[in-house]
Amino acid sequence: MRRVFEVFRQERKGQPLQHAGSLVAPDERFAELYAREQYGRRQESAALWLVPREAVHEIGDFPDEFDLKYRRVDGYSIKERLREARERASSAEPAAEGAEGAG
Amino acid sequence: MSARTDLLLQLADDELILGWRDSEWTGIAPFLEEDVAFSSIAQNEIGHARALYELAAAELGTSADALAFDRRPEEYRCAPLVELRRLEWARTIARRWLYETADELRLAALKESPDPELAGIAAKMDREETYHRLHAEMWVDRLLATEEGRSRLEEAVEELWPYALGVLDDELRPDLRRRAEERLGRALPEVEPIPRGVHEADLAELWEEMTMVRRSAPAGARW
Repeated sequence: MRRVFEVFRQERKGQPLQHAGSLVAPDERFAELYAREQYGRRQESAALWLVPREAVHEIGDFPDEFDLKYRRVDGYSIKERLREARERASSAEPAAEGAEGAG
Repeated sequence: MSARTDLLLQLADDELILGWRDSEWTGIAPFLEEDVAFSSIAQNEIGHARALYELAAAELGTSADALAFDRRPEEYRCAPLVELRRLEWARTIARRWLYETADELRLAALKESPDPELAGIAAKMDREETYHRLHAEMWVDRLLATEEGRSRLEEAVEELWPYALGVLDDELRPDLRRRAEERLGRALPEVEPIPRGVHEADLAELWEEMTMVRRSAPAGARW
């Protein structure tokens, strides 16, 4: 009878839709109406996505048994490599793109 | 007063008083999402009232606020339907639905008006009322879907029926009856409409509250 809908909101055309919150409604039609009122009536949204919560497949565990630090976003510094690549790029042909992507 | 101004005041008073009545649900509607939606609809109605009062005020050489708040209760031209205080959800939904159905007929006629200002404001209101109608129709669907819902809605509609007829002039009443009966799938009683011009005791109480701030600062309050 009561269903939870996750609401994603796009602030301006071309921007990504981001999670804005959730709402409770008896069905999709009420959910649309409530979403319009809660997330659209102040002209704050260019578009909304309504997703029934049961349609969301959640993943919440990310094992890292062998401590592979270099895979983490903060575990591997590319600063030095980037500097070297830039130097190479300015002295030779523009082949630096591959080096930047190495991180 | 011209027939045009009289008509503007009828519409404006209906919207103001219904908006005020519906805003009484703010904070206590059946659940949070409905509370937000219902309050927003009430706010829209008061917004329509303001636009209508402004047109009337231009003709009468006064202001929208003065028309909304400085008249005596008996001077309001609203239909008794919107004055009733029935803080019960089935009656609230029944009233919204009856009012929106009547209002749709009234606005459709007004959109054809040779007066461009009237036709324009009717078209503008109608675009917003579309969402109000959607809201009311969705609730009616839900109530009709169960036996308890149907009986509560029908009981409320029957009580409000003579009032609903009173929102419209004679010529539009048969259309309202046809629509309402089709929607409910049953005949509604043949009754004397309760027309504009008479007021419910509930209005005086609402007026006391609605004009309290205005009356407390006759020179005009600013905030």
